[in-house]
Amino acid sequence: MKIVVCIKQVPDTAEVRLDPKTNTLIRDGVPSIINHDDKTGLEAALRIREQVGGSVTVVCMGPPQADVALREALAMGCDEAVLVSGREFGGSDTYATATILGATLRKIGFDLVITGRQAIDGDTAQVGPQIAEQLGIPQVSYAEGVEVQGDSLVVKRQFEDQYHLLKVKTPCLITALSELAEPRYMSVGGIVDAYNKEVKILGFDDLKDDLNPAWIGLAGSPTNVRQSFTKQAKTSGTVLSGLSADEAVDAIMAKLIERHII
Amino acid sequence: MDFKLSKAHLLQQELYRRFAENEIRPLAREMDETEQYNMELLAKMQKYGFFGIPYSREYGGAGADYLSYALCMEEISKQDASSGITISVHTSLCCSCINDFGTEEQKRKYLTPLINGSKIGCYGLTEPNAGSDAAGQQTVAVRDGDDYIITGSKVFTTNSGFADTFVMFALTDRALGTKSMTAFIVERDMPGLTVSADIPRMGIRAASNCVVTYDHVRVPAANVLGKEGQGFKIAMKALDGGRIGIAAQSVGIAQGALNEAIKYVKERKQFGRPIAAFQNTQFKLAEMQTKIDAARLMTWRAAVAKDNHENYSVYAAMAKLTASEVANEVTRGCVQLLGGYGFTREYPVERMMRDAKITEIYEGTSEVMKIVISGSMKLK
Repeated sequence: MKIVVCIKQVPDTAEVRLDPKTNTLIRDGVPSIINHDDKTGLEAALRIREQVGGSVTVVCMGPPQADVALREALAMGCDEAVLVSGREFGGSDTYATATILGATLRKIGFDLVITGRQAIDGDTAQVGPQIAEQLGIPQVSYAEGVEVQGDSLVVKRQFEDQYHLLKVKTPCLITALSELAEPRYMSVGGIVDAYNKEVKILGFDDLKDDLNPAWIGLAGSPTNVRQSFTKQAKTSGTVLSGLSADEAVDAIMAKLIERHII
Repeated sequence: MDFKLSKAHLLQQELYRRFAENEIRPLAREMDETEQYNMELLAKMQKYGFFGIPYSREYGGAGADYLSYALCMEEISKQDASSGITISVHTSLCCSCINDFGTEEQKRKYLTPLINGSKIGCYGLTEPNAGSDAAGQQTVAVRDGDDYIITGSKVFTTNSGFADTFVMFALTDRALGTKSMTAFIVERDMPGLTVSADIPRMGIRAASNCVVTYDHVRVPAANVLGKEGQGFKIAMKALDGGRIGIAAQSVGIAQGALNEAIKYVKERKQFGRPIAAFQNTQFKLAEMQTKIDAARLMTWRAAVAKDNHENYSVYAAMAKLTASEVANEVTRGCVQLLGGYGFTREYPVERMMRDAKITEIYEGTSEVMKIVISGSMKLK
């Protein structure tokens, strides 16, 4: 089975801050990591490969610095890595990103595509489903479990109050929840291999036959960010003091009921 | 000249750091208090290749280099020096002897399982009456047909509580002394080999460290490493490389303690301010970080020289001498910065201070390092 996992390199959230003047992300000195849900997808892909054979290709769209995220995926055990990078792709929203990744996937081929549920910097959860639409293949989002049965997958999909067990024929796409699999570490030898392998770079010219330039990049994005800003806490909150544990519980419960939270 | 780590080395460092923070940090205190290494943790480190870092793929190693191994030692020892020494004795003492002096057959039989993560090794040189005076060995190996019969005892053998493979040294002719010292590979289950309970110690208490007694242990002549009489050279060469590991361990202990102190001084308030706001605190931390950086650069110099097949023995001795002293000074300073809390077991700095002491003693004391260094200075 040829599995392709799409990953995003994101700033480590614990340390993300917005510049108070420009309201843009401060990236200086903020470490970059592989988005957690995507890493879960990598782990799921590696486990499927261990079970049924095949290969795992990791794809990342981003600037040249995203190379290190791909090396990390290789060091975890992926077979091949593809960096989708080009100035034409800059400023893409989720639709444009899915358009570009769709063209990439058609070019490299796949039986199964795995993406993370959503990225911690944008939180849209749109790119995975949009890639499936671009490719015209079935998709199962919010996957918490995957089992291969011949040329099909049985996917356990998480809902708010229930699970769905869905059988889906490959080729298909799933989006991974962090519950799907605990990602392994890189291995020492894996890192050595990762830097002996080539990261294939696909730019606009490599994909242009299958891409409408009007649908990519900043200009081709139907959505644009008008403004981002840090949320201000509206009030300082209510401080209850001098209460016993029981009284404190009662007081908090009363407040929650009063506000119709519970 | 470039003092930056390559991208591949940075990723190695990232792996060791993440692993140590997530997997070792939560266990370090308990392992110290119970004086017991966590064998599940050991198995995890084996699985990810931590026990074969600088060794060739051909024999099952990770195929990385000595600098990567030094980065591992630092990151692991930041959280737990016992984990550091467990990897170090296996890697730079036991495995290096077999890697550098073993025959093809010995490498296939003994090195491969050690570096592919299936078995653990130890190294027996020190005896109750032969420490810095390694030439004063008493353990003997008497030839008997195709075998040697080994009798004697080795003390402070790190990893021996659970090791499978023992690289050890014995004299084939006591009258000839060191000239007859010979290196052997001994298997744990060879009759006559017994391992004592762990020796109670001040620091690195989670590591295994026992007395190993050889009572007429019959070892095939095929298990001699190198040639008969080459043992002293083999032992000393292994220790040269081992010192890079101990230097890196020392840097890790020091940086680990300093990181704890930095966290603490930002939170701890006295006289109405976080103690980090006092210049005395800032200067103290600045001095300590500078010393750690100097020790780290010396360690990297020795590791890179070894990777480049240059003569690194003096660099390794200088790195170990400096780094072990820095580790002791810094951990003591960090306990002081944490005050009464630093003295409690709630905070890891007291453990780090206890762990640091041994770095000035094992794999050659500071005094022995000075013999090695001055010996290279053409003073006589």
